[in-house]
Amino acid sequence: MSTGDSAAMLAGAAQAAPAAAPSAPLAPELTAAIAQLVGQYDDKRAACIEALKLVQRQYRWVDDARLGALARLLDMSIAELDGVATFYNLIYRRPVGRHVILLCDSVSCWLCGADQLRARLEQRLGVEVGQTTADDRFTLLPIVCLGHCDHAPALMVDEALHGDVDAAGVDRLLEAYP
Amino acid sequence: MSSTPERPLTRNIRPGEPPLDLVGYERAGGYRALRRALRELTPSQIVQQVTDSNLRGRGGAGFPTGKKWSFVPHGADGGLPKYLIVNADEMEPGTFKDRLLLEGDPHQMIEAIIISAYAISASVAYIFLRGEYLRATELLTRAAHAAEARGYLGAHILDSPFSLALHVHTSAGRYMCGEETALLTALEGKRALPRYKPPFPQVVGLWGRPSVVNNVETLCNVPHIVERGAAWFRALGRTQDGGTKIYGASGHVRRPGAWELPMGTPLRELLEEHAGGIRAGRALRALLPGGASTAFLTAEHLDVPLDFSSMEPTGSRLGTGTITVADDRTCPVALLRNLEHFFAQESCGWCTPCRDGLPWTERLLGAIEDGDGEMQDLEILEMHTRFLDSGKTFCAHAPGAMAPLASGLKIFRDDFERHIRERRCPWKRAA
Repeated sequence: MSTGDSAAMLAGAAQAAPAAAPSAPLAPELTAAIAQLVGQYDDKRAACIEALKLVQRQYRWVDDARLGALARLLDMSIAELDGVATFYNLIYRRPVGRHVILLCDSVSCWLCGADQLRARLEQRLGVEVGQTTADDRFTLLPIVCLGHCDHAPALMVDEALHGDVDAAGVDRLLEAYP
Repeated sequence: MSSTPERPLTRNIRPGEPPLDLVGYERAGGYRALRRALRELTPSQIVQQVTDSNLRGRGGAGFPTGKKWSFVPHGADGGLPKYLIVNADEMEPGTFKDRLLLEGDPHQMIEAIIISAYAISASVAYIFLRGEYLRATELLTRAAHAAEARGYLGAHILDSPFSLALHVHTSAGRYMCGEETALLTALEGKRALPRYKPPFPQVVGLWGRPSVVNNVETLCNVPHIVERGAAWFRALGRTQDGGTKIYGASGHVRRPGAWELPMGTPLRELLEEHAGGIRAGRALRALLPGGASTAFLTAEHLDVPLDFSSMEPTGSRLGTGTITVADDRTCPVALLRNLEHFFAQESCGWCTPCRDGLPWTERLLGAIEDGDGEMQDLEILEMHTRFLDSGKTFCAHAPGAMAPLASGLKIFRDDFERHIRERRCPWKRAA
């Protein structure tokens, strides 16, 4: 399948979507970006993981309506796409805060004080790992080894990687994310 | 052994500086190997060169790369496209070597992909990149565009008959994606479940077509082998396994970091000279030589050369070659609990022994650490190390999880028994 063909098919699917879901859950520019992704693969559905990430980048998380719209766009059943979405930990099927903190809990960070860092974050944010702050500012999630072991303990806030994070450092870090 | 060891993989990497762009990489001799490959060598000559070099997979398994490539059907093959996939899903706990190569010299990665794809006659290549490696995504995407604009990618590369499309695929988590057949399933847009072997991916891989999956570091060696030759590559190593290796150290060492050293560098040299030894006032308790799925080594093993063959007698493996070091203030039960938590969480759930066995080991280790363990729990843990061993599960995930546990139960037997006898963790201060 060439890129042109799939783009045309996607355009058709996008036009058909509003009839089924009047609120047109995927923005047109998003539909176009997904069409471009589809062109990278020999099979349309192979684009689904990166497409889910695009949806998430725009709307923070993937709700049922948008998951359904994306499934239609990629000729997948909703169950199939949800099976994929719920398998991958970087796809959020529940709402998250404005900023997502991914705190490494693997062995090198654990040896270098990740538990103390987690305790500090939980205390500062008033949530446990897996929860979102009441003001919707942060979601705190665990993550496996970030490949930053020579700067353990490490964490990511949104798209930024931070290493050698101590208690004082984490306080300053949080201030940078309103 | 050379007096000034060469470091071909990291020669262009300057810490704290952005990587070389296309022009800078070319000035440093980059894309010369590609020209030589396309103009002077046939694909089978390159496969032969890589075979002769004794290059072994740097993802951890150590499988000979030339042999892996040789299983790809050659010739017309009824017009089926073939694929080269770079496993850049670095997620083995304690491993941070591929990030260095991807971020430090992206054009080396691109050149390596083009030459390797030519060697196996692949027309499409994917970089399967873990979702969290955003800097690498940006740098590789930019490098691939620059290479394409220069005629190194796309149709008729350097006016040769060879064409290659390269795509950067960014994943969305899950350690399982690093297993090569699960990686293929993930790349097809599905849950990352492993596949039965045989058939091997080289014959029936991505979308059922011939595919080769190679680790980042493995492939980055290829341009250098093509340019300098197999004998040169073999001579780089200090033991029978050729080449250099990106070693690393993290945990309780004075100077954590990653270094390109001759393959076969002794563990002691890595730990003491490069990583600066254990932190002041403490002693080595144990270390994982190459990621969470390698068996523990202790002080008695410090003189072992870090290569695939020399590691075998220790009962451990080279793995990824990035050591994770625990000092004598580390509770071994808590350490194993952390490791098995990782493996239990990352099981894909496809086969029962792994899906149900790994959480059981995590719970037992938790109970022992918390002072609720029984002596019988040690037998149950040992049972798991047998029942989840190679050949008893669908893929290598659970056997990998059992490597540190089986070795840990032997090495730390006294510590386990003390937890159970005293009904508390001796490393935790009394409240």
